[in-house]
Order: sequence, then C-alpha cells, then structure tokens
Amino acid sequence: MTSTLLYTILSLSLLGGLLAVVLYLIAQKFKVQEDPRIDQVLEALPGANCGGCGYAGCRAFAESYVNNPEMTDFFCPVGGNDVMKNVAMVLGREVKEQVPRLAVLRCNGSCDVRPRLNVYDGSMSCAVAADLYGGETGCSYGCLGLGDCVTACTFDAIHMNPQTCLPEISEDTCTSCGACVKACPRNILELRPKGPKNRRIYIACASKDKGAVTRKVCTVGCIGCQKCVKECPFEAISFADNLAYIDPSKCRLCRKCTAVCPTGCILEINFPPKKSSD
Amino acid sequence: MSKTFSIGGIHPNDRKFSRDHPIEEFPIPKRVFLSMNQHLGMPAVPVVQKGDMVKVGQLIAEPAGFVSAPIHASVSGTVSDVALYPDFLGKKVLTVVIDTSGDDWLESIDRSSEIKHEITDTPQEIFKKISEAGIVGLGGAAFPTHVKLTPLEGMKAEYLILNGAECEPYLTSDYRLMIEHGQEILIGGELMRRVLGDVRGIIGIEENKPRAIELMRKHAAHFLQWEVVPLKKRYPQGGEKQLIDAVLGRKVPSFSLPVSTGAVVQNVGTAYAVYEAVQKNKPLISNVLTVTSSDPSIQRNYHFRTGTPVREFLNAAGAPEQDGTLRFAKVVNGGPMMGKAVANLDGAVMKSTSGLLLLTEKETKRQEPGECIRCSKCFQACPMRLQPYLLYQLALAGRTEALEEHRVFDCIECGCCLYSCPAHLPLLDQIRLARNVSLKNKRKK
Repeated sequence: MTSTLLYTILSLSLLGGLLAVVLYLIAQKFKVQEDPRIDQVLEALPGANCGGCGYAGCRAFAESYVNNPEMTDFFCPVGGNDVMKNVAMVLGREVKEQVPRLAVLRCNGSCDVRPRLNVYDGSMSCAVAADLYGGETGCSYGCLGLGDCVTACTFDAIHMNPQTCLPEISEDTCTSCGACVKACPRNILELRPKGPKNRRIYIACASKDKGAVTRKVCTVGCIGCQKCVKECPFEAISFADNLAYIDPSKCRLCRKCTAVCPTGCILEINFPPKKSSD
Repeated sequence: MSKTFSIGGIHPNDRKFSRDHPIEEFPIPKRVFLSMNQHLGMPAVPVVQKGDMVKVGQLIAEPAGFVSAPIHASVSGTVSDVALYPDFLGKKVLTVVIDTSGDDWLESIDRSSEIKHEITDTPQEIFKKISEAGIVGLGGAAFPTHVKLTPLEGMKAEYLILNGAECEPYLTSDYRLMIEHGQEILIGGELMRRVLGDVRGIIGIEENKPRAIELMRKHAAHFLQWEVVPLKKRYPQGGEKQLIDAVLGRKVPSFSLPVSTGAVVQNVGTAYAVYEAVQKNKPLISNVLTVTSSDPSIQRNYHFRTGTPVREFLNAAGAPEQDGTLRFAKVVNGGPMMGKAVANLDGAVMKSTSGLLLLTEKETKRQEPGECIRCSKCFQACPMRLQPYLLYQLALAGRTEALEEHRVFDCIECGCCLYSCPAHLPLLDQIRLARNVSLKNKRKK
C-alpha cells in the first residue's frame, strides 16, 4: 500500500520535472524578443480599445508609438493630455497638447420643429434608412433618429431623448473617440473642442438646401441668410452650400452671431443667461 | 409540363385584382416632374432652361454617357424650373419641371392608333432610334435598353426572351398590355430580334395568365422565329436570371452578364415602347401602371405620362377621405415584393413605374423581429442560393470580406428571404445595405 503511493508520487514528480526542463529549453529556443516599453506604454493607456486614435486597439497604438519615434501626431482622445504625458514619459518624448474635444450633433430638428411626413417601418438602423430613402421628415440632411450613434458608442455617452427624438451626448462621458461620427450615415456628428469652461458655440444644422426649402421642413434650420457671417468680428464663420459653419479655432465666443440668427440654429452651450437689459 | 426556375422561390397569393380593368388614359397633369435619374447609370444632363417652351416628345435631357438615357418632355408647356426636387423616396434629384399648357405634340410623332406591321428600318437604324428614344427596361430596373442590345466581345446572343412573367403580386400592367397590344409587343420584339442578329424569340408568360398565353400564341403564329413558353406561377420568375433558368435551363454565373448564357431578356412593356419608338417615332414618355388595393373601388390600370405626381393617381382613384387624409397607411411604388414605399407623395412616377399599391396598416405593418432559429427557410427560398441568415449576421457585424466571400453581390433583392422568415427578421434590409456599401467601396477602389 505504502509502496504504491510512494511509486506514484515519485514517478509523477520525475515526469513533471522532466517536462519542466523540456518546456524551459523550448521557451529559451523560441523566445520572442519584444520591446519591454510596449508593455509599459500599454500600462499607461486607458485600455478602452475604442479605436479613437486610429489604431485597432490600445496595443496596436503602443506598438506603433514605440516603433515610430519620428512620428509625432500620436494622441489618445480617451485619455487626453494627462494620459499622453504619462505615455510620453515612458519613452522620454515630447507630446503635443491637444484641446479636449467632444462630439456635437449638428442638427436641432426635434419632433416639434420638424414635422414627420411618413412613418419608417423598416429595420431600426439609420444606415438602412439612409440607404433606402430621404427620411421621415422633409429634411434630407438632418438626424434620422434611429440611434446608430447610440449603438456605436462604447462609453455609454449617447442616449436618445424621447422628447426631442434626437440623441444627446453626455459631456462627462464622451471621450471624443469618434465612433459615432463614423457610424452616422448623415455625417452630422462632429468632434469639436469642449471650449474654455465647457463653453462652446456651434451651428446645429447641416442642411445644404436653399433657405426657403429648409424653412418649409424645419423651423430651426440654417436658412443661409449669412447674417452671422457678416456679424462675426473674427471672421470665424464661413459659408458654403447654403450653410454657415463656425470654425472653432477662430471663434472667440462673443455670442454676437447667436443674437442675430433668425431661426436660432446657432447653439450656445454652458453660457450664463444673458442679462435682460441686453 | 410548364417550365420554371430550379432554385428557391416562393408562392405568394397573386392578388391580381385589376386584371379585368382595361387600360384607361390618365388625365394629363397640370405639372410634371421629370427626374434626370430615371434609369440606371449616369443621370441625364438637361438641355432646356427655365422659361423654355417644349412640345410633347421634345428632348429635354441628353444622356451623360453610354450607360445613360435621354429624357423627353411628356407634356407640352413651359419649363418652370430645373432644380433639385425630392423624388418619391424623398431623395433630392435634379428635376425638370414643366407647367402644362394644351397637348401640343412634335409633328414627327405618328399618333394614329393604326398598327404598322411593315418593318422598313435596317438594324442599325432601329438601334439608333431605340437609344434616341430613351428606352429603358420597363420591368423595374430601368436599365437602358440600347446597352443590352449592344453586342459584347466574345458573347453571342442566341435567344431574345420577352418577359411577360409579371410574377409580382397585384401588378397587372404587363398583362393588360399583352391583352390589348399583343401585336405591337411582338413587332417590338421582332425589331429587337433584328438588332441582335438572327436569334430566336421566346415569350415567357406565367400560367395564371391563360388569356395572355392564348392571345400571344395567336399573334406569334404570324412570325417565324417566335414561340410562347408558359411558365409555372412562382416568384421571382420575372427576375432576369430566373427567367433564363426557367426558359432555357441555363444559369448565369456570378459576376457575369446574362448575355454570357446567350440570352437577352426584355420586358414586354419595353417591347411595346420599342414598337412605338421605331414604328411611330414616339420617345418613351408614357407607360402603363396599375393602381390597386384590396378595396374593389381602387383597382385600375392607367396609361400615364411620366413625371405625373403620385398624389394625382391617389386623388383620381379616390384614395383620400372627404377631409383629405389618406385612408391607406402605405403607398408602394411597384409590387409588394420589390417595390419601395413612397415617402413623398408629391414625388413623381418614372418611366419604369409599373404600379402603385395602396396598403392598409393591417396589411403592411411589420411584425416585431424575433430570434433566428436556424430553420433554413430563407435559404430554401433564396433563388440565388445565398444564405440570407448568415449574410444578415455578417452584415450586422460589418464583415465586408466575409460578405463578399458569401456572394452578397449576387443578391437580387427579391425579398423571398424576408417573406419566408418566421422570425420576421429584417434580412433584406441589412443585406441590401451591406451590398450597397460594398459596391460603393468597390467603385472607390
């Protein structure tokens, strides 16, 4: 009895030891040389694997960052400047600071201001609807409201607001990874700087229709009157295809444009309310 | 024993309610909207300007390339606008708008109803007339007819098949055309046959149209090279590839043109348009469509001018109630299987519009999609032997390469998978999207 136990333990230990030696030798022979800094960079990254940096995931970013010292435009939008500082510290490199951004919806056509002309009954996807026809409202540029951006967002930062039928983007959770921008078939989501104190001004319309056509289908669309273009003292507003656009790098947030816009399609976010004497 | 195609297919109730209603002349609308995109290929380029006076049949837009077609004024009057207008799908398309005044035709057009049997033109002249008349495939796809009649290197057409299958439920426009203008269709077919060279002519008609088979047989007896082939009732028999399989038993391989099997397919409506263009000098400015529903008072066949707004047909059919609201939930441009829902009632019907189908909410409302249980009904129904359940999953995952591997480009959008799915999954919606996205990517490369 005792001897059986003894033989079993002995033979298995021997076998284990032998296999360990074989495995060690094989591991030595086929060792993969990898830059240890890749793991260090990976450690410093947020690990969201969102693809917002343009690489397939955080590891792909880390590999490319370590292997291409001459390239400078690496940036992790999720981590922002703090994370990029840490990442750069690992390799002792410089990093170009970027202004924090977030996604904004260039459409303000809620259900009340943009009447529905038909009822969509197909697959609940913006991409399918956009491929099929012009949309439930008369505006063929505005939000379709079927929530492809909500599905695309991996940070739970976009939700449909049932009152307005438009998606709402949370300032705190949006990481500006750009997944929603790619998912939107109408191309109306845009990554814009968050702005000082989170204050920003943008034109919430993407309609390239002529003013009269836009007005007919939506009361808050850009009608291309160009009042804002003339009003802007910093030449920040450009105009093309019946649509004005505010260049965030030139805009100084003076709010003169919002005052003159006849349809109110220029949105000012997080500003204190204007005094009534204005 | 009647013939049919060998793979897949479904048997929807044919509901051809309007089959016994003769073709009526639809009143000329006050205003027509002629889209520059009424055919496959490059959109036509307008040659008229705002304020120009035009006559019926006058050229208003030139083709923008070989795979394109000219467009002619369908009414006489003044061009009131050349601009982007939403079409019936609500998409913005360059459109020529004509305000009608009178009905002043070009003098070169022969408007008599007398049938001209004698063919005097040479094949080259016939071809030229077809391409100048802006004739496109009237079976639905609107592919320019002259392109199909152009011989390709290494491919010799042996058969010209006239498509009288009309397998879409509800639609009866082709049937009425065969009953009322059978002789003209055969002359049109004979004209195209001469363009193709010495080929045999076949007319394929489904068995649920016995009168059309009998009449077309009688007319075909006057021609040497023509015969009528009755086909079993089965959807999508009218699909080009399915019809070739049904009639000749030949299969069109992936990524190749139907003519590679030696067969050219043209719709019977197209043959009628060819007859009018060559024998009567009349360009394609009118067509026959079915306006139908399950309400017996709205079941008609109309001969209409292209560019008539959809709303005019609904008003004429008595679709709106007293207060102007529509009592139907959906208007479909085309048949119930392949037609597209009209999103903009002010949009106009086009050259190739074959029907307007009015459906109530109960008839059209989609059911909530469930889960795929791998029952393989979609696979059995698919006439192209694709695996719709798999393509659906791949499309949702956005796996472009795998989609191409599984022949997503072969999808003919017939809707058999969607029709047969017991879980009501939006199979075709996603597959069509994936196919269009891949096609776009391919073109970019």
